[in-house]
Amino acid sequence: MSHTTDYIGKPTNRVDGPAKVLGTAKYAAEFNVPNLLYGYVVSSPIAKGKITKIDSAAVKALPGVQEVFTHENVPGFAFLDRSYKDDVAPGGSPFRPLHDAEIKYSLQPVALVVADTFELARYAASILHIEYEEEAHATELAKRIDEAFEPGRGKTGYKPPKSRGNFGKGWKQGVAHMEANYSHHAQHHNPMEMFATTVEWLGDKKLTVYDKTQGVFNSQQYISKIFGLSKEEARVISKYTGGGFGSGLRPQYQLFLAVMASLQLERSVRVSLTREQMFSFGHRPETLQHVALATAADGSLTGINHFAVAETSQFEDFTENVVGWSGTLYDCKNVELGYRLSKLDVFSPLDMRAPGAASGSIALEIAMDEMAYAAGLDPLEFRIRNYSDFDQAQNLPYSSKALRKCYAEGAAKFGWEKRTAEPGSMRDGKMLVGWGMGGGIWDASKMPATVKASLDADGHLTVSSGTNEIGTGTYTIMTQIAAESMGLPIEAVTFVLGDTTLPESPLQGGSWTAASVGNSVVEACTKLGEALLKQAQKMDHPAFKDAKIDDVQFANGQLRLRSDETQAVVLRDLVQASGESKIEAENSTVLAKLEMLKPPKYSMHAHNAVFVEVKLDPDLMTVHVTRVVNAVAAGRIINPKTARSQVLGSVVWGISSALMEESVMDHRFGRYMNHNYAEYHVPVNADIHDIDVIFVSEEDDKVNPLGIKGLGEVGLLGVAAAVTNAIYHATGKRVRDLPVTIDKLL
Amino acid sequence: MSQVTQAPLGRSPVALAPTQSVSLNINGQDHTLQIAPWTTLLDALREYLDLTGTKKGCDHGQCGACTVLVDGKRINSCLSLAVMHEDSKIQTIEGLGTEDELSPLQQAFIDHDAFQCGYCTPGQICSAQGLINEGKAKTEAQVRELMSGNVCRCGAYTNILSAVMEVLNNEGLIIEDKAWSAGATKQDIAPVEPPKK
Repeated sequence: MSHTTDYIGKPTNRVDGPAKVLGTAKYAAEFNVPNLLYGYVVSSPIAKGKITKIDSAAVKALPGVQEVFTHENVPGFAFLDRSYKDDVAPGGSPFRPLHDAEIKYSLQPVALVVADTFELARYAASILHIEYEEEAHATELAKRIDEAFEPGRGKTGYKPPKSRGNFGKGWKQGVAHMEANYSHHAQHHNPMEMFATTVEWLGDKKLTVYDKTQGVFNSQQYISKIFGLSKEEARVISKYTGGGFGSGLRPQYQLFLAVMASLQLERSVRVSLTREQMFSFGHRPETLQHVALATAADGSLTGINHFAVAETSQFEDFTENVVGWSGTLYDCKNVELGYRLSKLDVFSPLDMRAPGAASGSIALEIAMDEMAYAAGLDPLEFRIRNYSDFDQAQNLPYSSKALRKCYAEGAAKFGWEKRTAEPGSMRDGKMLVGWGMGGGIWDASKMPATVKASLDADGHLTVSSGTNEIGTGTYTIMTQIAAESMGLPIEAVTFVLGDTTLPESPLQGGSWTAASVGNSVVEACTKLGEALLKQAQKMDHPAFKDAKIDDVQFANGQLRLRSDETQAVVLRDLVQASGESKIEAENSTVLAKLEMLKPPKYSMHAHNAVFVEVKLDPDLMTVHVTRVVNAVAAGRIINPKTARSQVLGSVVWGISSALMEESVMDHRFGRYMNHNYAEYHVPVNADIHDIDVIFVSEEDDKVNPLGIKGLGEVGLLGVAAAVTNAIYHATGKRVRDLPVTIDKLL
Repeated sequence: MSQVTQAPLGRSPVALAPTQSVSLNINGQDHTLQIAPWTTLLDALREYLDLTGTKKGCDHGQCGACTVLVDGKRINSCLSLAVMHEDSKIQTIEGLGTEDELSPLQQAFIDHDAFQCGYCTPGQICSAQGLINEGKAKTEAQVRELMSGNVCRCGAYTNILSAVMEVLNNEGLIIEDKAWSAGATKQDIAPVEPPKK
């Protein structure tokens, strides 16, 4: 039976919408605390070498300049590497800002100029005299393949790819074959909001830190360890994050610099990076890949070989799962996988939307298209013939897998059956038309998260957890889940996040927030329900006397007996009768933590299938992506409206990755040359046309109680490959080096 | 090995011009600031007037996040100095609507979910208001083109188009345009049924 307070699965406007359209939502650099000083970062012009001289006299002489911090005058803080490790630091030795004279990469921060105004700090930074001794640097991955090594330990949770069967045998068994190299260049997250930290000095080392981050607790533990601050002294707040895409998973150096300056000067300090400096930290690594596939006469895969070499920095081994997906997505007995890293004089790469999978799926899904053509099969039919009904990589059954529905519903909506296979065979007037497809797979994860639910005497429910809102809809879906759990109208519920004084929550990433925090919201609400039932029982309400929590329901603002809904009590009255100002409860993470230690019983994944139409002018070879259908199987969808937006964004990212996005390294200088929004191309409104999003129904009671699989990453998979495959279908030109810029087609 | 020098010595620093009084009319209110003459309009709004609804996304006129309306025309406030606008009427996102009375564009952006992180949103809305004021955009293709000065990294473009089209339609400013039509003015979202218990 449905209730007016059922919200899960209903398209719901964002609860933070008004704040965002009115301009009242405050981001990290927008907390204008009194007596604020401004820090401006000076960045290294060289990629490798050392600082030999710094002359800051002229800068310090400017009235209004408070201090120039460099490695020469920044005191030593924590000694051990361990203190500089954040929650997702890869293996190695973390970068320490302003630590010594050594330059490890271009645009490394070398000084922080602190002044009374932003204008003065910026000018002063521009005249800071620094001399360097430059050494030869290595930034070209293609020249460092021979030095590539198998990473032993990378990021927490990284598992080396596992081969199975005998690829050599499988290759020989095959009657049709393909083999090719693929590459894509480095990409930078470039969220619209530039990294910034405002530190409010409250006296006696007590700080309130407004940070741009995807995890306030990660920022807090980072600065606490380095500067020896207690949790009370280092409160970190992030109510809104102007885009993350992974860039906020690690604390960026402006956090260190702003806190350091604040502690040294005993003043409030803000440090904002520039757009150029947004290219001075983690990025999606350039990756070179090799794929070889073989099929039997019936089109079944007899062998898969996928090998990747990616860049990392000299000081950390950043690892991601690039090739592992190739052992899962399709059914095949003989799979050989390899993954290596090569060290370059760049900053450590960093998780960027669908890390690893986005890169790996470019190679695998273009290769699948090439194989389909080599085997004389339709690309969709080829994938269906190699459908995996059992996860051979983990040797586990799937908790659920509705990828067949993605194929069927996506193809039907797109009109795939009208496709003619021959490249160049479809036209719209003069325009070449190409139809391509792809798809992918992403982990459905869940992390322990703590949530508090509190009902006050006015009947208002406040639910809180120190998670983050990066635009994914966290505020909204948690409000929906809490409102439905407690049977309250959505207006009577507030979800609070982004503050280290709230119950602890994991980083906002990995597509796990909806599942992790969402299920914890239900748990906290259940405990609150138990407390409310107890209160009802105290109130001499005969109907509830022997009722257990399973005998009652919360709906339409009431606590009611399931067996007789007329036996009801208004929730607000329960709090008022208790004599307390509120009744509250918090979930326990003990079980969730134990669960993580147990070996999994199921392979839990979200999947998608994406169909793309491109049109090209045959003379100019300008590519227009005119139509995209992205069918996603991601378990239960809490809010189809915000979920659709996430997938729309993923499609835009995929188009960007296929056609535009590329951090261009000038190897003479070891520096990304297009470090601005004009030359780092991302799509604008005129580049984007029809996008259809389908969420196929996928029930899963094994993945987690709410059946959520997460949506942040999966929608991106296969999009870039599908665009590239569509270009092949339109032109007969197979481009394997992304992005597919016009010069590669002419 | 070679020597590289940043900001060579011997070049004496530019003498710092004193701050000066600048009067601005913003959202109908007069403000007087004591600021350096090279303070951008964007920084004047954000750092001196606490009008942080206007966003800084690049500071180079490349992203449009800082779009405001000056005498009804949309401009990148990061490419303009505050001192140049003493005789202008400046309108920012804070002046377009209130919590109780959202502007039609603000309401349409919420209804069409035309944003995710929200950071480009004030610039998008001011830009769309400027586009309406210009009266040039009559078709979907034109709206796309004329909204292309505003980058949205979350990729909300189709929803932004829907929102702007709805407002233009309501004001009777649209001509039907079928070329590569996004069908974006309608949102066809079916409720997803929760799994049976």
